Amino acid sequence: MSGAEPFEQRTLSAGIVGDAFKQVTRKVPSGEPPPWPTNAELNVVGKDVPRMDALDKVTGRARYTFDVQLPGMLYARTLNSTVPHARIKSIDTSRAEQYPGVRAVHVLERLLMAAELRDPGDEAKEPYPVVRFTGQPIAAVAAISARAAEAALALIKVDYEVLPHVSELADAMQSDAPPVFPGPTEQRATAGGGGAAKGLPQKGNLRGPSTGGSRGEIARGFKEADVVVEGEYRTQVQTHTPLEPHGLVADWRDDELTLYASTQHVMSVRDEAAEIFKLPKEKIHAISDYTGGGFGAKYGVGNYGTLAIHLSRKAGAPVRLVLDRREEHVSVGNRPASLQRLKIGAKRDGSLTAIELHSFGTGGVAAGAGVGMCHHSMYPCPNVSIEHYDVFTNAGPCAAFRGPGQTQGIFAFEQAIDALADRLGIDPIDMRNKIDTRDADDVRARAAERRIGAEKMDWSRRRPPGSDAGPVKRGIGMAQSMWPYIVNSYTTCEIRVAGDGTVDAFCGTQDIGTGTRTVFAQVVAEELGLEAEDIRVHVGDSRFPPGPPSGGSRVTSSLTPAARNAAHAMARDIAERVAPLLNAKAEDLVFRNGHIQLRDDSKTSLGFFESLRRAGVERLTHRADRRDDYEGYARKAGELHISPHAIGGVQFAEVCVDTQTGAVKVERVVAVHDCGRPINPKLVESQILGGVVQGVSYALYEDRRLDAATGVQLNANIDQYKIVGSRETPRIDVHLIELLGGQSSTDARGVAEPANVATAAAIANAFFNATGKRIYTLPMTPANVLAALRSE
Amino acid sequence: MRTFEWVDAKSVDEAAALLATTSASRPVIAKAGGMDLLDLMKEGIVQPARVVNLKSIRSLGDVRLDKSSMQLGALVTLAQIEKHAGIQSHYRALAEAAAHAATPQVRNAATIGGNLLQRPRCWYFRNEHFHSIAEADRSENQYHAIFDNQQTVMVHASTLATPLIAYDASVHLPHGKGSARAVALKDFLLPPSMQRDRDTAIEDGEILMHVSVPPIQPNTRCAYHKQTERDSYDWPICDVAVVLQMDGDIVASAKIVLGWVAPTPRRAVESENVLAGRRLDEHSAVEAATAAVRGATPLAKNAYKVPILETVIKRTILAAR
Ligand SMILES: Cc1cc2nc3c(=O)[nH]c(=O)nc-3n(C[C@H](O)[C@H](O)[C@H](O)COP(=O)(O)OP(=O)(O)OC[C@H]3O[C@@H](n4cnc5c(N)ncnc54)[C@H](O)[C@@H]3O)c2cc1C
Ligand code: SF4
Repeated sequence: MSGAEPFEQRTLSAGIVGDAFKQVTRKVPSGEPPPWPTNAELNVVGKDVPRMDALDKVTGRARYTFDVQLPGMLYARTLNSTVPHARIKSIDTSRAEQYPGVRAVHVLERLLMAAELRDPGDEAKEPYPVVRFTGQPIAAVAAISARAAEAALALIKVDYEVLPHVSELADAMQSDAPPVFPGPTEQRATAGGGGAAKGLPQKGNLRGPSTGGSRGEIARGFKEADVVVEGEYRTQVQTHTPLEPHGLVADWRDDELTLYASTQHVMSVRDEAAEIFKLPKEKIHAISDYTGGGFGAKYGVGNYGTLAIHLSRKAGAPVRLVLDRREEHVSVGNRPASLQRLKIGAKRDGSLTAIELHSFGTGGVAAGAGVGMCHHSMYPCPNVSIEHYDVFTNAGPCAAFRGPGQTQGIFAFEQAIDALADRLGIDPIDMRNKIDTRDADDVRARAAERRIGAEKMDWSRRRPPGSDAGPVKRGIGMAQSMWPYIVNSYTTCEIRVAGDGTVDAFCGTQDIGTGTRTVFAQVVAEELGLEAEDIRVHVGDSRFPPGPPSGGSRVTSSLTPAARNAAHAMARDIAERVAPLLNAKAEDLVFRNGHIQLRDDSKTSLGFFESLRRAGVERLTHRADRRDDYEGYARKAGELHISPHAIGGVQFAEVCVDTQTGAVKVERVVAVHDCGRPINPKLVESQILGGVVQGVSYALYEDRRLDAATGVQLNANIDQYKIVGSRETPRIDVHLIELLGGQSSTDARGVAEPANVATAAAIANAFFNATGKRIYTLPMTPANVLAALRSE
Repeated sequence: MRTFEWVDAKSVDEAAALLATTSASRPVIAKAGGMDLLDLMKEGIVQPARVVNLKSIRSLGDVRLDKSSMQLGALVTLAQIEKHAGIQSHYRALAEAAAHAATPQVRNAATIGGNLLQRPRCWYFRNEHFHSIAEADRSENQYHAIFDNQQTVMVHASTLATPLIAYDASVHLPHGKGSARAVALKDFLLPPSMQRDRDTAIEDGEILMHVSVPPIQPNTRCAYHKQTERDSYDWPICDVAVVLQMDGDIVASAKIVLGWVAPTPRRAVESENVLAGRRLDEHSAVEAATAAVRGATPLAKNAYKVPILETVIKRTILAAR
């Protein structure tokens, strides 16, 4: 893991399989296994192995946090603020404590997720955390039934001194808006990313500007431009809405604290609990068998988990606290709203001369509402000016959400590029061919993806904008995706082989529904010549060797090389032991079809299990780390190691717009993506389908609505918080390319986020092609659509 | 949700007797399919001490359709209405409304009685928070009324009521021992209110027995359309039922009812007058639709509903057959 490791020069094949595939030399850390050939030449990797836990899930055998049932377990419910901004003068819990069945009551001392005052000043003297949003957790009750806990909540008396509040981005930006915080703030990062640049100025509710990515001279850039396009784009707040809400079961014992969590990172659950409760990490055992979706919001113990642990300690019994749907919408994260004023200048040939962005985002009481890095890093442009402000509002805190920032950013940016192409009379694909020219894998991937997508979508039939005469108009559009290729700074896998032939694989990562167990098994099976189902995979436990968080599209890129390295070491160890039995040299032995055999003579072979027995193996254990990428990283930010190569993707959408009712129907999406080496194409396809469906949902429906007068979320359910349903799900054609970067022992990258970030922009560009009007505001509800059609 | 008692009623009389014991401190509430009741209980808006299950009454689950009229027992489900061949051919607008309400799962449980008695879907109404504070100002009014919205901006939720009113349906309620009263559905539905515990003229201890619909004339054409943001299932922006008596290709008389645009389903008398005596074509349909929305008084966030309603009226008139 350290930079001081010895290296060797190796020649590897790299590029897009079946396209541009060439020899490259790389400085490879010594001891890395030899490179794998293309997927076509592998046996288990690159194949559509069925999800290992599919049967457990569909039969209900899979144990989610909500299913954890411990002897004597209590049920907890949370008391949430009923006002959007207030000092709490007093809290009286005495009646709740006496309610029949109640075992413990706890009042929260400190609020996680929200920004914190740089200088707490007078607030340091407050007896309780200041309330800054309706629905902010205040206290919790543990009782012998959820109903008793809920009844007891009603008996807690909170005395508020109500303060003025502001709910909407546009209102909070005004200089006379009620301040959400009395002074400048900082936002700590979580394991899932998030956080905000330190030390930025703050005036009223505006924190910033952050100017990262700015370069050159913007005025000169616009002077050099032949055309300039300008637009003001607005995106809404989207809530994560995982099927399984946040929840934790805490079991506090004298010698150990056990936490069963619905989480994207068991290690972060352990670490945050250790910090809050001042416990040594070894005394905390965090377990997550299954997590029903997270999308970026499930890290650490959170406020709910902190409450559950306190209650368990007080009651001397395990406590289960699972949020209800309202709490899930309101208090544990969302995708910030944004307002992006974007101006782009270009030469007649399409080359960009200037990109100017003034943006604002609101993540409620949390900072970190940026709009991604696409504006300044996707296409070369000498003059870039970026000014971003986070705007505080009295609303629930934001959290990382599938392509945080980038989803909002690409909605605006790829529309602006589309608008530019239209102004210049250049086809949108030709426009990208012209400007998408950095020297990086994602750029080369997108070039191929544009070709493939154009063919699948039959792009040549694209007509000029607004070609249909009647009220119902059809159109097609495309937008490009980009997301950093991230490697986690630490990942270790352990493989154990027992004399009876069982193979166990361990890593302290978790499977949140993406299929991590399955790809882990595939990689180990490939090295040992076995089938994926022969491998028993163990994840979701903080006692296992450290593994990556399931966020930032980095699990497969981090996990699989470590898994392969450990399995490879295991195979070489076994080969040494078995070689004498076959009168062969260990280096001539290969593992194939459940056998260990001579590379060139498959008849000289022994069954895998048979060889272990004959070699007298009782138990072998090998551990290995994810080594650094062979070409190194562009930058490191905490545990994120970010490659100079990104992950690409191009999406095409076909829409139908009823211009009289404002109804938009997405009829088809073609999604062409790269993820390095697809370890399991079927699972990758699932991720892309999910990304597109969530993208359609974001583009057309999802919209958290707060009542301005009370800060109450009015649609905190899954009836009125509208999510795409089966009939709105378009036909989705997924196409994957296999891109070997020559960067790690598996060359796998991620896909979950890039699959989501371009969908709304592709739909918006198709909307333009259909109607001849731009849609600057999400979601594309009839109200917003009719307004857009009326504009200009 | 609070703990409550459960009683299976065996007969209408028993249910009526049980329901008559309701009081402010011990609410006794009827349950048919439970589709609305359960939602309200989960939100803490309704807190019955006792729930009287009507599903155990055998007699209220039939559709009776003959030459003289149609009778829908109160426990007839939306799924039954949607799939009933007779309703499909004679009362097409009703069958369509049933088919487009809710989801297949909900339609299997939801009854016509409960549907007419359901409470509004207004975001403010559905949130316990706003029941404990003085009249909310309802600034998020994108789905609220665009007509008659001075007293209340809430709209009645039932989309089956829209065609039923166009068909002149009435509801039948037993009133004391032996007697029953019939009330025209248009009068039965009341503008929704947070202050009352119902939005209909039903009285304590009354059971909705059945809905009756007069016979369809031979020259009737009808159509129904529910305009939504989503297709899979969604509450409407508006819904429109059109029932036309034709004389050749001339409209002899028209009944046009608009749902989800006023506190209760609104007769578009202006459109009906435009159509009467006119040929049914694009011209008359456009004129009728324009006439219907002329008096709209939209709120800050629901002006978009006006042109949509206009379009839907026009299209539904043209779809009538
Ligand atoms: C997801 C979803 C989507 C929906 N979409 C639509 C839609 O598009 N259009 C639409 O119209 N509706 C829709 N609904 C509402 C649904 O149709 C109604 O909730 C349902 O019809 C109510 O019928 P029920 O039998 O379940 O009534 P219940 O919930 O059992 O009862 C409702 C009310 O009526 C009373 N009650 C019921 N029957 C009687 C009776 N015979 N006598 C006296 N009192 C009685 C009950 O006390 C209660 O107050 C939707 C509901 C859901 C959950
Ligand atoms: S409401 Fe929908 S998501 Fe929730 S449990 Fe029922 S079927 Fe599943």
